[in-house]
Amino acid sequence: MAKIELRNVRKLFGSNEVIKGIDLSLQEGEFIVLVGPSGCGKSTLLNLIAGLETLSGGEIIIGDERVNDIPPRDRDVAMVFQSYALYPTKSVEDNITFGLVTRHVAIAERERALADVAALLHIEKLLDRKPSQLSGGQRQRVAMGRALVRHPAVFLFDEPLSNLDAKLRVEMRTEIKKLHQRLGKTTVYVTHDQIEAMSLASRIAVMDNGTIRQFGPPEEIYERPVDLFVASFIGSPSMNLFSGRVIEQAGLRLQVEDRAGTVLFPIPKSLEAAARPHLGGELILGLRPEVIVREGAHRPGADTFLFERAIDVVEPTGPDTLLVFTLGGIEAIGRVDPQDKVPVGTMFRFEVNMNRAKIFDPATGLHL
Amino acid sequence: MSAQAVAGIVRAGGMRQRVLRVLLFAVLCLFCLYYLAPLFVMITTSLKPLAEIRSGSLISLPKQVTFDAWGKAWSTACVGVRCNGLKPYVLNSVIMVVPAVLISTFLGAINGYALTKWRFRGADTIFAMMLFGAFIPFQVVLLPMARVLGVLGLAGSVYGLILVHTVYGLAFTTLFFRNFFIGVSDGIIRAAMIDGAGFFGIFFRIVVPMAPPAIVVTVIWQFTQIWNDFLFGIAFTVGDSNPVTVALNNVVNTSTGVKEYNVDMAAAIIAAIPTLLIYLVAGRYFVRGLAAGAVKG
Ligand SMILES: Nc1ncnc2c1ncn2[C@@H]1O[C@H](COP(=O)(O)OP(=O)(O)O)[C@@H](O)[C@H]1O
Ligand SMILES: [Mg+2]
Repeated sequence: MAKIELRNVRKLFGSNEVIKGIDLSLQEGEFIVLVGPSGCGKSTLLNLIAGLETLSGGEIIIGDERVNDIPPRDRDVAMVFQSYALYPTKSVEDNITFGLVTRHVAIAERERALADVAALLHIEKLLDRKPSQLSGGQRQRVAMGRALVRHPAVFLFDEPLSNLDAKLRVEMRTEIKKLHQRLGKTTVYVTHDQIEAMSLASRIAVMDNGTIRQFGPPEEIYERPVDLFVASFIGSPSMNLFSGRVIEQAGLRLQVEDRAGTVLFPIPKSLEAAARPHLGGELILGLRPEVIVREGAHRPGADTFLFERAIDVVEPTGPDTLLVFTLGGIEAIGRVDPQDKVPVGTMFRFEVNMNRAKIFDPATGLHL
Repeated sequence: MSAQAVAGIVRAGGMRQRVLRVLLFAVLCLFCLYYLAPLFVMITTSLKPLAEIRSGSLISLPKQVTFDAWGKAWSTACVGVRCNGLKPYVLNSVIMVVPAVLISTFLGAINGYALTKWRFRGADTIFAMMLFGAFIPFQVVLLPMARVLGVLGLAGSVYGLILVHTVYGLAFTTLFFRNFFIGVSDGIIRAAMIDGAGFFGIFFRIVVPMAPPAIVVTVIWQFTQIWNDFLFGIAFTVGDSNPVTVALNNVVNTSTGVKEYNVDMAAAIIAAIPTLLIYLVAGRYFVRGLAAGAVKG
C-alpha cells in the first residue's frame, strides 16, 4: 500500500504533448478512476505511473520514493491490461507465477501464493490450461491473478473490462470492487465508461485532452460538474444542455426558443446571484434526464416548472422509459416511468425540478 | 482455411461448370508433368548403367536397376583431380550450413524483437537499411568481401563462408522476424516488464516460445539459400573447402574421359536431397505454423 503523488507530470511524443502538466494526489488505499474520452491520454498517464513510459517533465512519487528513474519492475506496481496480455505459450499457472519466477521467489512460497490467488479468483480448475482455452471472463481473472499474486503496493488497471460482454462486465465490476474492499490496495483504474467510473471510484479524475478537468468523489462529479465537458461526459444519457437568453420576468428566467414556441425556465433563487450578471445575455441550462419527468411526478414545490413538447422517439430501457423531444434546437431526453409512455408525436407535459438545474457560462463553459 | 470449411461452400452446378473443372484439372496435371519430368529423367538415368543410357531413350524406364552410379558419385567420382566422390564436400556443406543457419536465425530473431518491441530512435531507419541488404546483388559484394575475409584470415575456408552467409542472411532473417513480432501484442511485452523480466528474459521466456512459425520459415529459407549457394562457394573457397554445389559443378564439368550421365545425375540428386528433405519434413510444420500463427491470441 502506498500513496501516489503526481506533480506537474508531462509527456510528449515527439512534439505532440499528450499529458499537459497533471497534478494528482492519491491517498493510501484509495480507488481512483481516470475517465475520459478515447485518446485523451489515460493509458499514457497510467503507463507513466507504471514506468512503461518515460516522463517528459514533472515527478511521480510512489510511497515515499521518487520513481522517475526507477524501472517498472522495481516500482512495486502491478497492471491489468485491456487485452489481458496473457503469455499465450504459458499455462495459467505459469502466467500467474511468472513475476515471482523472475524475482527468484522460492518454489514453496510461489506455490502458496498461487494457491491463494487461485482460490480468491475461483480459477483453481484452470491452472493447467493455456490462455487460448479460456473464455473472456476467465482470461480476465487470470490477468487479475497475475497482478494480485505479487502483493504489489499499487494496482493499475487499463480498461480491464472493455472486452467483456455486458453481463460479465457488471459481474467483474462488482468483483473488482469487492477485491478492493478486501485488500485495500491503492488503485488507479482507467476507463472510458463513466458508469464504471461512478460505480467503482472513491474519487474520479475526469480527463480531457491531457489535462484533468475535475477530481473528486463520484457524487460531487455528478452533482457539481465544474464545466460543460464534465457535465456532458458524466451521466448516461448525458445531461441536456439548453442555451437561452436570460430575461427578467417575475424573477430571472431563461428563454429557450424554437419553432414549437418559447419556454421560459424560471431560474431558482439559489442560482439567481450567479445568473444576474448575464441578464440580457446567453446562458446554458443543464438538466439531467431524471430531472425532466412526467407532470406530477415530483413532490409539488416552488421550483417545479411545466412545459409541453411533442415526443419524437420513445426508448424503453426497462426500469424507466426515455422520451426524446426537441427543445431549443437540441434533442433532449426526459425520463418517465414505463407506464407513462405515450405514442410518438403526441404532446407531453413535462415537469422539471429547477432546484437540480445547473447553469453554465457559454463563453468559458464553466459551471456557475 | 481447412478443407472442411471449403467443402461446405455451395458451388454452381451444371454442365458448363463440370467442363470447366475438367479443364482446370487437365491444365494442373500438365503443369505437374512439366515440373516432374526432369526429376523423373534424373532418377531413372541415375539408376541405369551407362551402356543402357547410350542405347536407350531418355525417358524409358531402366531395364536393369543399378546403384553403381550413386556409389560412385558418393565416394569415388573425380572432383577436379581428387577422386573421393562428393562425400567430403557434402560434409563441408553441412559444416557450413548448420552454424550459418543457426547464427543468422538467432541474430535475426533478436534484431526483429529489438526493432519491434524496444523501439528506439532510428529503429525504422536501421530496418530500412537492413532491408536494403536483401536487395543487394551479391556480385557487387564479392570483391570487398574477399578483401575482408583476407584481412580476417578466413579466405578460402569454410569458416569464411559461414561468416558471409550469416551476414548476408541477416537481412532476410531480420525481415521475417520483424514481420512476425510486429503482430505480437506490445501489451504482452509490457506485462512481462512489469513482471520483472529484462530484455533477454522477455526474449527467451516469452517471445521465442511464441515464435516457432517464424523460426520454421526462417530456417527453411536460410537452409535452402545457403545450401544451394554457388556464387559465394566458388568465390570464397578453394578445392578441399568447396561446398557440395561447387563440387557438383566440378564433377559434371570434368573434361577427362567419357561423360557419365548416370553419375552426374546421381551427384545432382545427392546435392539436392537435403533441401528436398527439409521441405518434406519441415514444410508440414511450416504450413501448420502459419495456421497456428493466424489464430494466436
Ligand atoms: N507511443 C506513442 N507514440 C506516439 N503517440 C502516442 C503513443 N502512445 C499514445 N500516443 C498518443 O497519445 C494520445 C493519448 O493516447 P492514450 O493515452 O492511449 O489515450 P487513451 O488511453 O485515453 O485512449 C493519443 O493521441 C495517441 O495517439
Ligand atoms: Mg487507452
